[in-house]
Amino acid sequence: MRALAFAAGLGLALLAGPAVAPAQEAEPALPKQPWPFEGVFGTFDRASAQRGFQVFNEVCSNCHSLRLVAYGDLGPEGPGGGLGFTLDQVKAIAAAKQVADTNDQGEPTTRPALPADHFVPPFANDKAARAASNGALPPDLSVIVKARASGPDYVFDLLTGYKPPPANVTVAEGMNYNEYFPGHQIAMPQPLNENSVTYADGTPATLDQEAYDVVNFLAWAAEPTLDDRHRTGIKVILFLLVMTGILYAGKRRIWADVH
Amino acid sequence: MDAPRKQSGLVRWIDHRLPIFSFMEHELHEYPTPRNLSYWWNFGSLAGFMLVVMIATGIFLAMQYTPHVDFAFDSVERIMRDVNWGWLMRYIHMNGASFFFIVTYIHIFRGLYYGSYKAPRELLWMLGVVILLLMMATAFMGYVLPWGQMSFWGATVITNLFSAIPLVGNDIVTWLWGGFAVGNPTLNRFYSLHYLLPFLIVGVVVLHLVALHQHGSNNPLGIDRKGPQDSIPFHPYYTIKDMFGIGVFLIVYAAFVFFMPNALGDPANYIPANPLQTPPEIVPEWYFLPFYAILRSVPDINLLVITIPSKLAGVIAMFGSIGLLFVLPWLDTSPVRSARFRPVFKWFFWLLVLAAVVLGICGAHRPEGIYVVLGRIATLYYYFHFLILLPLLGKFERTRPLPTSITAAVLKPSVATGKVEHA
Repeated sequence: MRALAFAAGLGLALLAGPAVAPAQEAEPALPKQPWPFEGVFGTFDRASAQRGFQVFNEVCSNCHSLRLVAYGDLGPEGPGGGLGFTLDQVKAIAAAKQVADTNDQGEPTTRPALPADHFVPPFANDKAARAASNGALPPDLSVIVKARASGPDYVFDLLTGYKPPPANVTVAEGMNYNEYFPGHQIAMPQPLNENSVTYADGTPATLDQEAYDVVNFLAWAAEPTLDDRHRTGIKVILFLLVMTGILYAGKRRIWADVH
Repeated sequence: MDAPRKQSGLVRWIDHRLPIFSFMEHELHEYPTPRNLSYWWNFGSLAGFMLVVMIATGIFLAMQYTPHVDFAFDSVERIMRDVNWGWLMRYIHMNGASFFFIVTYIHIFRGLYYGSYKAPRELLWMLGVVILLLMMATAFMGYVLPWGQMSFWGATVITNLFSAIPLVGNDIVTWLWGGFAVGNPTLNRFYSLHYLLPFLIVGVVVLHLVALHQHGSNNPLGIDRKGPQDSIPFHPYYTIKDMFGIGVFLIVYAAFVFFMPNALGDPANYIPANPLQTPPEIVPEWYFLPFYAILRSVPDINLLVITIPSKLAGVIAMFGSIGLLFVLPWLDTSPVRSARFRPVFKWFFWLLVLAAVVLGICGAHRPEGIYVVLGRIATLYYYFHFLILLPLLGKFERTRPLPTSITAAVLKPSVATGKVEHA
């Protein structure tokens, strides 16, 4: 194990670098989108993120967990003020899921989920997830947007990046060609298509719209306090500018007799 | 030591028994400081400020963090989501590590440029190097605590460095881990030490300040103060200047904390640690990249009878790069402190800065192609600079004439004659 770990770590860097290089080569640059939560004044587009929740709930959550997020986080009591759902909506969303529990006799049972419950994972454990997913483990999506470089763009491009493989590429059994996945061969079949969901607000469910909405939802899930952070930051920076200006004036005044 | 000028009876009573007020008056108020310190001298107080920030936020984070391999990642995310202002504490702490190193590195290079390590400040400098080493250990262990992929694999790579020690290396690594791989005992002891070491840093900082106050600050001219006209009291002149510096610094720091808190980190550390899956690249935090590059730059070294394997040689070179700083006061043989009066040294100083930047870039890339060559050249230059150049330069460099006093140099000659008494 130790030898393995070292070979994997330092040794990989020192000796085996070229051996792993092919997986990294020729990755196309990620096309960038403007995201509403980016920039100093960025906030979540909650209408889009709520549609994104619908996409997640109806499509992604069949294979992917979201274990760090609780149903209640979607509602007004959630971190950063939630996703804009009312408490009744949150209760209904939760109650539609069955969560494992024990009854008063100590026997395993299930019950409808409550707002305090975290999102119910689609599989009992990783082995069950792999068994149902052609051997691949669908990653938890709670912080996926922060866990990839240029995360929002990466997830969007991945979801919209399924293409027929180029003539010189042989896609392995059970794998799919994706332009933006490292190595281009991804176990996940194309998850979103046009009209994968029917939006309640009438927004046309194009592939780009669905991908855009679900990225907005996942960005919220990854850091629900982002709006607070931006709002607080603006006030803090303004305060610091004033404070530093006053300190500079004081410095000038105090040093006037030295210069 | 004079008692404070304006004081109440209670202050006098206390001061007579416990002279803290006299002490503060002496060391923070009247403490004579060169009148010509530039803004490069702000970075010492900034480093002290960051130490306080890190300890303060760290104590709050420790109240919510769980040092267990099964819960560490989730407990950090809980801080981000469910703990009131937890995201703020964590982002201040996480970016604080980077900013602590930024100000410390600038502080160190300022010392290198102005010869602040020379007599009589050798121990002051060496204590600073001890602080740097403690900071590096603390930062490394802190990075392990969120138990992401980079935490785990960084810990694996760095602890494995000790396996390069001949004969006992593997046993030492097992001992460090508390097991046969990086695991829960490793996380627990890193947490324990991550909480302990900052207080050791505080202790060494106190010694650093005692040594500083013995002879006072060096200054951009690198010449000793010749009399009271060369000094001004620390308060209010440098208290206000340091506070202004902290204000400017906080604006930059806050911009990162609030608007790009993850820009300096690796996205892979938001993936929970997985001992069965090595990330494609294991990269340390940016402030370790130059040392990482030195580590990877050294090939097998063939001596007459034995070969030092590349791994051991790299570890020696990496630790040696800091070890050199300990003996720097004796490697630099020039009697002139400030680079302002050392026309040749000045160029080589900037070459050293360039080497450090190049090493940082090489550390961020796979050791392939041009990065191997550049890394080796920069490593060689680093050692050449300290081991060969500085000892020789002191003997052969023609330095420029030093000013007779700080006041004479600060005030222009025409003004100096007329306005000295005003100053």
